[in-house]
Amino acid sequence: MTTLAWTGAIRDRDRLLRLLQEYGVYAALAVLFLVAVALDGSFVSSGNVRIQLFQVAPTLLVALGMALVIGTEGIDLSVGAVVALAAAVVPLYLGYGLAPALLLALLLGAATGAVGGAMVAFARVQPIVATLSLMIGVRGLAEIVNGNSAKPVTDAALLGLGSDSFSGVPLMAWIAALCALVVGFVVRRTTFGRRLVAIGDNRQASRLAGLPVRRVLLTVYVVSGVLAALAGVMIVGHGAEADPANQGLNLELNAITAVVVGGTPLTGGRVRVLGTVAGALFMQLITAVLTQHDVPNSYTQIVEAAIICCAVYASQERGTR
Amino acid sequence: MSPTVLPSTTTPAGTGPAAQGARLPLRERLAGQIQHRGALAVLVLVAAIASATSATFPTWSNISSILGNNAFVWLLALGMTFVIITGGIDLSVGSMYALGGVLGAYGAQTGGTWLAILLPLAVGAAWGTVQGLLIARAGMAPFIVTLAGLLGARGLLQAVTREGATTYLVPAGSWFRNLGAGVWTPVVLVAVLFALGGLLLTRTRFGAALTALGGNENAAVLMGLPVARAKVLVYLLSGTLAAAAGALGSARLGSGVTTIGVGYELTAISAVVIGGTLLTGGSGSIGGTVSGVLLLAVIHNLIDHYFSQYGSAFTDTVNGAFLALVVLLQTLLSRTQQLS
Amino acid sequence: MVQQAPVPVPDSVLEVAGVDKSFAGVHALIGVHFTLRQGEVHALIGENGAGKSTLIKVMTGVYRPDAGRIRFAGRDREFRNPLEAQAAGISTIYQEVNLVPLMSVARNLYLGREPRRLGLVDVRRMNRDAAAELRRFGVDTDVTRPLRTLGLGAQQMVALARAVQVDARVVIMDEPTSSLEPREVDTLFEVIRRLKDHGIAVVYVSHRLDELYAVCDRVTVMRDGAVVHTGEIAGLERLKLISLMLGREPATVREEGATAFDADRDAATEGRPALRATQLNVRHRLHGVSLDIRPGEVVGLGGLLGAGRSETAKAIIGALAADGGSVEVDGTVLRRRSPAAAMRAGVVMLAEDRKAEGIIPSLSVRENIALAALPRLSRAGLVSQAKQDELVRFFMDRLRIKASGPDQRVGDLSGGNQQKVLLARWLCLQPKVLLLDEPTRGIDVGAKAEVQALINELAGDGLGVLLISSELEELIEGSDRVVVLKDGRVVGELAGDQVSEDALLGALAQDGQDRQVGQVGQVGQDRQVGQDRQDHDKEPQS
Repeated sequence: MTTLAWTGAIRDRDRLLRLLQEYGVYAALAVLFLVAVALDGSFVSSGNVRIQLFQVAPTLLVALGMALVIGTEGIDLSVGAVVALAAAVVPLYLGYGLAPALLLALLLGAATGAVGGAMVAFARVQPIVATLSLMIGVRGLAEIVNGNSAKPVTDAALLGLGSDSFSGVPLMAWIAALCALVVGFVVRRTTFGRRLVAIGDNRQASRLAGLPVRRVLLTVYVVSGVLAALAGVMIVGHGAEADPANQGLNLELNAITAVVVGGTPLTGGRVRVLGTVAGALFMQLITAVLTQHDVPNSYTQIVEAAIICCAVYASQERGTR
Repeated sequence: MSPTVLPSTTTPAGTGPAAQGARLPLRERLAGQIQHRGALAVLVLVAAIASATSATFPTWSNISSILGNNAFVWLLALGMTFVIITGGIDLSVGSMYALGGVLGAYGAQTGGTWLAILLPLAVGAAWGTVQGLLIARAGMAPFIVTLAGLLGARGLLQAVTREGATTYLVPAGSWFRNLGAGVWTPVVLVAVLFALGGLLLTRTRFGAALTALGGNENAAVLMGLPVARAKVLVYLLSGTLAAAAGALGSARLGSGVTTIGVGYELTAISAVVIGGTLLTGGSGSIGGTVSGVLLLAVIHNLIDHYFSQYGSAFTDTVNGAFLALVVLLQTLLSRTQQLS
Repeated sequence: MVQQAPVPVPDSVLEVAGVDKSFAGVHALIGVHFTLRQGEVHALIGENGAGKSTLIKVMTGVYRPDAGRIRFAGRDREFRNPLEAQAAGISTIYQEVNLVPLMSVARNLYLGREPRRLGLVDVRRMNRDAAAELRRFGVDTDVTRPLRTLGLGAQQMVALARAVQVDARVVIMDEPTSSLEPREVDTLFEVIRRLKDHGIAVVYVSHRLDELYAVCDRVTVMRDGAVVHTGEIAGLERLKLISLMLGREPATVREEGATAFDADRDAATEGRPALRATQLNVRHRLHGVSLDIRPGEVVGLGGLLGAGRSETAKAIIGALAADGGSVEVDGTVLRRRSPAAAMRAGVVMLAEDRKAEGIIPSLSVRENIALAALPRLSRAGLVSQAKQDELVRFFMDRLRIKASGPDQRVGDLSGGNQQKVLLARWLCLQPKVLLLDEPTRGIDVGAKAEVQALINELAGDGLGVLLISSELEELIEGSDRVVVLKDGRVVGELAGDQVSEDALLGALAQDGQDRQVGQVGQVGQDRQVGQDRQDHDKEPQS
């Protein structure tokens, strides 16, 4: 579009929105937490906190990968399907032990990510379309692998992964937190993280600066696939069953929401890892509060939809100026 | 005084880029044909092979079941065609289909045929308009707006049915019920809507504006086309069609099914894209979408027949693979075209 | 400087009077007067940043002027957007054809105004009318084909036909010939003359002087946001026109230097070239460009806007796909052609468009400087903070980058400091050859002098430098040798004492008909420029 200069009155609103984008999620999280405690003191009971952590861990894992992808001005809709794929293959190989099964799931996640990444990086297909085709196809594949019904899982190690706690905090939450630390470190301190953000911010300048644009894009989608597969294994472990038809449904939406609510603009060039963690916690908390106060699931969904729209609107354009 | 320098090659008017006349290079024409008629060709091929190898495929009962059971869902692809031609996407249609169905059944149960028809249409139109306004006026990305729409419409549906606890029934023998019954009513209804859609796209200024907007939004604005209005209208159209499809579907099934419609948006997108409409917008046809939905329906039917143990999973896999293939093909074709 | 007085001309169709326009404190237009007469073809010329495009945008309603007024067809008008201007009768043909490539030719011609019958678009009539209409513009083609499949020339004709059809009284053409074949240019001229006969006024923006003389009646020259000359083109000699555009009366800056370049630096003239580019071809842009750069030498690339200067630099580093030609660095031919490969071989380019192709705006100064050097600052993918900080500190000091600290967002820095950050990004790679595309454009005077001094110093250290600049004095005083480009071809080379403004102006003013490659030392002396080059010819050159 032509850059019409409608400056002036808009500027104040822009500043407000920028502040909102920067710190809004932490403030909202704090307020929501206080409200939750005020409404119901037992909210902070260790039991409840643990339940919340169990539920948020897989979403957070997927959201971390999604944040990286969105940082490159992309999107990965295939993550939910990757969860299903992981759920489908894990029970088949549990006979050899958890490690080989887990490894295989992660490899398949990487492979799915690689296919999507290759379409984006080399064939220059729009990310949304490339990953949409995987979203449809891979879930179908997972259901074929699994057969029609959900399969119960009895492997002790896997169940442990899904439900054990360490120092009172679920193992899954520890893993998610560890991954968040690693991703945060990668974004801040490594060549790869630096390049990723640069590519998302200004692809042409990055190419002219000699950055390996394609390799970085490919890697980002692979990482997203691996994290989604890990989340899938956790979901199977926690639920004690493998149900590729239902597990991971709408997970991509939840992950995108967490990222966007966390203040990462969809236009790329920024990855806010701590914000993403806060975003995931916020969405988890809001669902929990609404559910625990007997607000029907329907209204919860409508509230979530409204939050997504508001967060996207707040994070638009102004992230990059 | 320096004399005005005229180029030595001054030519009389009327010559010039006349070499443009004649015909396109073969490769160009081939690419165009693949895009526009590829789905039709594959459809004919698949149908021919199926008819030759299977005794049950070419029977009337099989064909009528393909048509009758799927026709209403194809309306999602009709609406999606318009959206994708503008370069957008509407992920909310699956939820809207389910919502339309529940509202249709609710209307039929409580207020009769007219409410059963008008209520879903009004809600679908309103929902589509809100999405369109967020996209056209607030400048938000279509996929995120309609993804939120997908969630919100499901929520609304749950609220209407009290979390799925209430099932609304379409009274047996009501006039509304007849709209969805049999083979011919659905097929004729849907065919008429597709024909109207085709007319709208190719023979009205609105349709031309949609195509132009998807092809080059800047140019469309500079040409004075009503770009923002067209965007809002296209999501309105898609929402309305999806709700209408759902309502008709409920008439066929006899009740508003709350769990229906999950993933229908993906099938619709696949059908549209397989039919040769560019996902980047700016080019597409209703005829292509017809080929696309028929092709997917035939494949679905064959899979049901040969691989019934896998159910819809196999269809999804094929859909996804098809979509990826077609999109890759489109990207490659457009790249050859850019180079030449 | 000739400032046209706002005397109302009786037959003027469009009149811009005393228009000011500034963006964030930068004056883009200063008291501009511009009068377009009915049925004339009026050339609008000037270098980059002269204000041409801003003026066009003010006339067509994209921008609103801060001060001054616009009269169109005898009335004061304030167009709120391009659409209103178009509806009033001012059509613009943009450099990039602004049509819908995937739709049919006929559709494009009639979009929004399709003939209708019974409420539906009458496709048959539309196609018939379109074919007839386009034939009048010299385009004889199947109008149902997608527009995209037409040549660019024909596409431009479609745009023109569309513009004329909406009852245009003024047609503004922004570089209409930049992608046309010579034969298509002729047709365009034919059409322009026909428009003129119908009383339609044309504003013609182009950098090809030959074309201006061929088709235009009057010319307005802009520089630094102001109109510096308006008048008949027939009486104006080329050399005068160019010196107006560049703002240098050749005689005035004979002696005193105007830049921070050190005139005494010894240029390396011996030895193996650090970079040798041979026969670079890029479709429509470059035709067999060759040049050498020796270590320690600053080679200037001269030419008017659109001559192919940036394209040459981009083709060298592989950012623009070349159809042919080779690039050697230190005697080794580069096999892979990409910016990354060129960078590894030691050739880097400071891009002209700082915003779009240079800075990563939301990253910090530190991250921007270290971006290209990341591999050598990291071990196993981990960026060494110590090494990085050392490097960043060194370059921030050395280039005197003014920022609140290494953590400041580059997008918030001034233009001059952004440019220094980009220079630092390349210098920390210790390149052998540095391609500088307009290194001092849009930066303040102080920073400019610093950058110029730095170029000097770098060449002194043995770096080969390619310097592209639209500023004549920068090019002349900064370069040891100047290669002159025109229409994508090398048309001359100035070396030693010949590197002077007069010689360069002479080379630029060569008649376009004469495209043979000039011999060293010949250019600027014997080119027929016009019949009356009195004042310049009187002074002996070289």
